[in-house]
Amino acid sequence: MSRRKTERLLNLVICLLATRRPLSAEQIRHAVPGYDRESDEAFQRMFERDKNELREIGIPIDVVRDPWEDEPGYRIERQSYELPEITLEPDEAAVLGLAAQVWQRASLAEAASGALLKLRAGGVEADAALGGVLELRVDSKDPAFPPLWEAVRDRRVVRFDYRGAGSENVRTRTVEPWGVVSRRGRWYLVGFDRDREAPRAFRLSRIVGQVDTVGRPGAVTVPEGVDLRAMVGYPEEPMEARTAVVAVRKGSCEGLRQVAGAVHAGEGEWDRAELSFADPERLAGWLASLGADVQVVEPPDAREAVIRRLKGALT
Amino acid sequence: MSAAADRLPRLLALVPYLMSHPGARVDEVARVFGLSEKQLIDDLQLVWMCGLPGHTPGDLIDVSWDGGEILIDNADTIARPLRLGIDEASALLVALRMIAAMPELAGAVQGDALPRVVAKLEQAAGAGAAAVSSQVAVDVEAAPDALPRVREGLLKGRRLSLRYYVPGRDEVTPREVDPTRLVVADGRTYLEGWCYRAEAMRLFRLDRMLSVEVLDVPADPPEEAEPIDVTQGVFRPSPTDELVELEVTPAGRWVAEYYPCEQVTELGEGRLRIALRARDEDWVLKLALRLGDTGRIVSPRRLAERVRGEAERALALYSSGP
Repeated sequence: MSRRKTERLLNLVICLLATRRPLSAEQIRHAVPGYDRESDEAFQRMFERDKNELREIGIPIDVVRDPWEDEPGYRIERQSYELPEITLEPDEAAVLGLAAQVWQRASLAEAASGALLKLRAGGVEADAALGGVLELRVDSKDPAFPPLWEAVRDRRVVRFDYRGAGSENVRTRTVEPWGVVSRRGRWYLVGFDRDREAPRAFRLSRIVGQVDTVGRPGAVTVPEGVDLRAMVGYPEEPMEARTAVVAVRKGSCEGLRQVAGAVHAGEGEWDRAELSFADPERLAGWLASLGADVQVVEPPDAREAVIRRLKGALT
Repeated sequence: MSAAADRLPRLLALVPYLMSHPGARVDEVARVFGLSEKQLIDDLQLVWMCGLPGHTPGDLIDVSWDGGEILIDNADTIARPLRLGIDEASALLVALRMIAAMPELAGAVQGDALPRVVAKLEQAAGAGAAAVSSQVAVDVEAAPDALPRVREGLLKGRRLSLRYYVPGRDEVTPREVDPTRLVVADGRTYLEGWCYRAEAMRLFRLDRMLSVEVLDVPADPPEEAEPIDVTQGVFRPSPTDELVELEVTPAGRWVAEYYPCEQVTELGEGRLRIALRARDEDWVLKLALRLGDTGRIVSPRRLAERVRGEAERALALYSSGP
């Protein structure tokens, strides 16, 4: 944006805020420096573009149509433009300071710092003192985050290519987005999957390529009372807790011994530990990683799963 | 947004800032707005050219910065900043709600200030932002058992004695730590502190502390204890760590999502080649055993041989029995 244009836009904002009665385009043309020397057609184009740019940065321009006038009138209503008066107690300012640093270097960093600047300009100071003992951070490096945030905000249907968990297949999904949720540092989109006709969660890191929007803003309705957090990551039915018995080499596997339900000292090189587990594959991943220091005694499915992994590691 | 397109929103915040901070210093204001002093002066010169229609001297905004102190007048029309946009308000509200979801963590430092700030911001931002921010949630782990004692040590300034589990080596090590900060990142809670065993600042995951004892010793981290920069992530491999290359099948792609990787290359059919730096060779060995046939080490070869050897020894147990 050129300096002249910034000047013109600032003057336009002041002019539209200062006027009590809506101004016609022609009146604005004479009141705001920078428009006056343009031809009719050039002015029309410029004025249209300028209004759009002001709206893009969040300035509400009212268009007033008076039945007695041919041309619409424009103005900015002070009440919808201005940040309402806001004052924070010292403890509130400290919390705000903590919140403002959460998005540092993440996708919403610019929005958060923009908000803080406006609040400061309005006389509200965020206090960074708590940052000394407590630091909170959220990362959102997934390229899909910004477009999905916008889609959630604008209630727009999205379409993207998605790779299923552990799958080589990439399929196109069309989703009505209900929200985005971060769990254990990973971002998920939750919404209604139009292809499967069911609510689903999608991990952002498995989205391939770009996210497109489909249809108009406002087309998505988030069901009342939907629990976004509950839609992410938990299996439909909790798996039953089972117990595995493993032989553990003496003097090894300290971590395993710590979480084991019971450890019985054995003869010779081996002790016996009891581990509670739900998913044999998860248990097998962990036990295989411990190599020749553990051996699964039972149950057979966990034993087989470990042997399969170890054989897989041979090739 | 480009620097130039940011300028109008900046000016619309700058003017109210100067109105509410009369006599603010040029260097101070430049710092608040992230500008050089020259850029700030240029902004002031631009503002000085603007004002009410008519644009007689009496209509224009009056700005002076004699002696480095900025005074502004005749700018009543834009004396208040622009209302918060939906993205701006939501960014703060989502962060505040995240803090609210961790009462055990945050409670000690802020009392009941949180709901008050949320209410004030929601009011300042309007209904749209409140609705959007409730559609974005950041879940954090349930408060780890270690938290109350870690917090006590931190707030009272006492040394902590930990039994800490290191999964990469499958070891439990005793540590004495002078606590400096709590860091919540990627949904997990960490204690930052000076570790006397490592003689360095370290981050400790609270869920890996098997026990925590608050010692009757004042925490006294040495002067060289600098806060750890976590802005680029908690786990940052050093460029001197060994570079390991792995190939994984679609079922092993989680490795690329889970660990910071130097390079990730698609090999087709969902397979990946992953290059990552590993501080600890044993950690890579464990990863490869865990992956089974869903991934293998391509280089260094020596490490691939170690994996094979360990798998053979482990399998031998199953054919002979302990």
